[in-house]
Amino acid sequence: MFRLEPRASAPLGWQIATPILAVLATMFVGGLLFAAMGFDPVAAIRTIFWDPLFGPAAGYSRPQLLVKAGPLILIACGLALGFRAGIWNIGAEGQYIIGAICGAAVALAAYPAEAFWIFPAMILAGALGGWAWGMIPALLRNWFGASEILVSLMLVYVAQKIAAWMAFGPMKNPEGFNFPGSRNLQQYPAAANPELIANSGLHWGGIAAIVALAATWFIMSRHVLGFQVRTAGAAPRAARFAGVRPERLVALCLGVSGALAGLAGLFEVAGPAGQITESFGSGYGFTAIIVAFLGRLHPLGILLAGLLMALTYIGGELAQMMLNLPAATVQVFQGMLLFFLLGFDLLTRYRIRRRT
Amino acid sequence: MTDVFRAEGLGKTYPGVRANDDIGFSVGRGEIHALLGENGAGKSTLVKMIYGLVRPDEGRMVLNGQPHAPADPRAARAAGVAMVFQHFSLFDALTVAENVALGMENPPPRADLSRRISEVSTAYGLPLNPARRIASLSAGERQRVEIIRCLLQDPRLLIMDEPTSVLTPQEAEILFATLRQLAAQGTAILYISHKLDEIRSHCDRATILRHGKVVGTVDPRAHSARELAAMMVGAEMRIIDRSGRVPGAEILQVQDLSSSGEMALKDVALTLRAGEILGIGGVAGNGQEELLAALSGEDPTAPGTVIMDGTDLSAMGPEARRRLGLLSAPEDRLGHAAVPEFSLSENTLLTAGARQNLVRHGLVDHSAARRFAEAVINAFDVRTPGPGTAAGALSGGNLQKFVIGREVLGKPRVLVVNQPTWGVDAGAAAAIRQALLDLAGNEAGVIVISQDLDELLELSDRFCALNQGRLSAPRPTEGLTIEEIGLMLGGGHGMEVGHVPA
Repeated sequence: MFRLEPRASAPLGWQIATPILAVLATMFVGGLLFAAMGFDPVAAIRTIFWDPLFGPAAGYSRPQLLVKAGPLILIACGLALGFRAGIWNIGAEGQYIIGAICGAAVALAAYPAEAFWIFPAMILAGALGGWAWGMIPALLRNWFGASEILVSLMLVYVAQKIAAWMAFGPMKNPEGFNFPGSRNLQQYPAAANPELIANSGLHWGGIAAIVALAATWFIMSRHVLGFQVRTAGAAPRAARFAGVRPERLVALCLGVSGALAGLAGLFEVAGPAGQITESFGSGYGFTAIIVAFLGRLHPLGILLAGLLMALTYIGGELAQMMLNLPAATVQVFQGMLLFFLLGFDLLTRYRIRRRT
Repeated sequence: MTDVFRAEGLGKTYPGVRANDDIGFSVGRGEIHALLGENGAGKSTLVKMIYGLVRPDEGRMVLNGQPHAPADPRAARAAGVAMVFQHFSLFDALTVAENVALGMENPPPRADLSRRISEVSTAYGLPLNPARRIASLSAGERQRVEIIRCLLQDPRLLIMDEPTSVLTPQEAEILFATLRQLAAQGTAILYISHKLDEIRSHCDRATILRHGKVVGTVDPRAHSARELAAMMVGAEMRIIDRSGRVPGAEILQVQDLSSSGEMALKDVALTLRAGEILGIGGVAGNGQEELLAALSGEDPTAPGTVIMDGTDLSAMGPEARRRLGLLSAPEDRLGHAAVPEFSLSENTLLTAGARQNLVRHGLVDHSAARRFAEAVINAFDVRTPGPGTAAGALSGGNLQKFVIGREVLGKPRVLVVNQPTWGVDAGAAAAIRQALLDLAGNEAGVIVISQDLDELLELSDRFCALNQGRLSAPRPTEGLTIEEIGLMLGGGHGMEVGHVPA
């Protein structure tokens, strides 16, 4: 039979090949699944992966690509920093929601004033809100040794409850005929995060994502902080020996990833979503985990992975409309993608040998 | 005297170490047989093979005339081997009888077991109440539980690993009475220790190990403690050349240094002069890593405990200490002194960032790191394709040369190294030792923590031993006899030298 033999180092070729293999395997197994459900697998795969970009309705769906990829990339950049250091922030979704609420709170408090400082203040509040939500697991880990994985994940559900409370209570639109949900910030020019170039899908969140990608690349490859992060992830004892203080790294990574998730939430609430509703969180925070891993925690990879995941969102919706595929299609696809990626990752760290 | 146990040509190799090499000896019926050797001589590997915890690479064992090749301790116990470990495995919250029952394959009903425990414990003079909780027992009483657990198996060969290290002298006397009674009934006893007096007064024969090999099997009563120590440590003394080295002013003072943790340092004190090499002997696991971490700054200690050139470094982290010139090289090359996945060039950044100007205003100068890595590779003859090679791809000796070279080229005021030549081939070891000598020749102070006595004798001006977290008072290496060193290490403290009968 076969056995696995550890490799001395992970070859670059395999590191690049595994995400591609994972995507192909997802398409293949997804196709089998559709066939078993009685759909035409080729048509379904084409609808999900091809039509959003080049199909008949591409003019409508193409801008959506940036709308969806922006927050995914922004959040994934922060997560990648922590994941490299072995600090697992699983609760970006919660930080995203709290960032949106804090940013929206500034706008709603200022309403209906028109002033140049309102949008920058919202950005600041969004980042601070996400940072603060991320610092809760960081401090609990540093003070009591609590697992940041569990604490950050559980805080997602707390954040969702707060969003519902806001939508029904303090932030409810006084002119909203008692419907839950805040005022629509898109209709409040000083606070709105509009599309910057018509029909491109690019808003300030997209700009922020590009800046975050560049900053991540710079920190990871040029700054001593990136070196410390990578050392802590690869060999914690060596990091201590080099003078890295683990508590500081935990606070930094969870704080930064929380702030970026908060920013993503702010740009979403001020832009495409428009308002705080009881179900404001849309899963970007969780999908960004897949983006970070699929992108190999590398800025360029995160860019490509973010666009791909955005495509599955749009394609999945399109497949629902055009082919009546179930709504869970997107989640199944994203889950399969992560599953295959982790599976194929084995090949980067081990080689398969025939047992002798 | 018939042999209960016999080993022939036993060998075991761990990566980088030949732990046991061609071991042959036998233990007779009714014999108390001592296994004597410095820590690290291969005693524990040998008994682990007998007890089925480790499988020998070569050679064979015979127990009661049958081939003995236990796959696990259960098989060894079934064959009649019992072992009392130095560290007990007992549950504090349970009673004596419950603990004994837990270790048995088919425990009898509790009442029967308690009666058997009482019987055996009175028969062998080891009084023990089966209903008492372990938490309320002294160390000596806990050891009795372990011994009785073994005796209930009716063993043919009983292995005792440093049994008296936890006992008071009175308790030790009771133990020896029990062992003699057991031997009189025909049990073979393999007694591991490095306490020479004990062995001389209680053992019938002694097999002495050094560097994984059998030096000889002798009658301990026929030899003095000095002779046994000399056999343990090795009689050959190297010619030490300390020319050109005159220790200067005191640069490092360590006092009242204590730490917490599993192997805590206890009131460690030392001083170091410029141009001096201080050797710290003793077995790894006696506080060596803790001492290095306290000096490197990984584990800061109480104020006033580490002072260099009049500056109190105690609260400073590793980077601050490096800036002031206190450098260090830990024992574990992969994962502590270097990151295996990183290139050599990146590995220079771990410790040389500030001193070599590789990191400026938070920015990493990759080409400077590469140049420094090349400088280390050239100066220390590191055999590698180049600075881009991953540290994990280098052989142990080459990586160690790189790690030591990285610190030596940092021009330290004080360099602390732990096990600098562990698992390193002879050529690389010689190069590393020479580099440390040269460093001291250039007015730096060097602390070498090592298990290798030959190395310490060759390098150090003064010598002390670290044992159970305590550091003995240093003594000049010159004039220190090999016997004295053996006794310092064996007893742990210089004081015990006085006990040796001449």
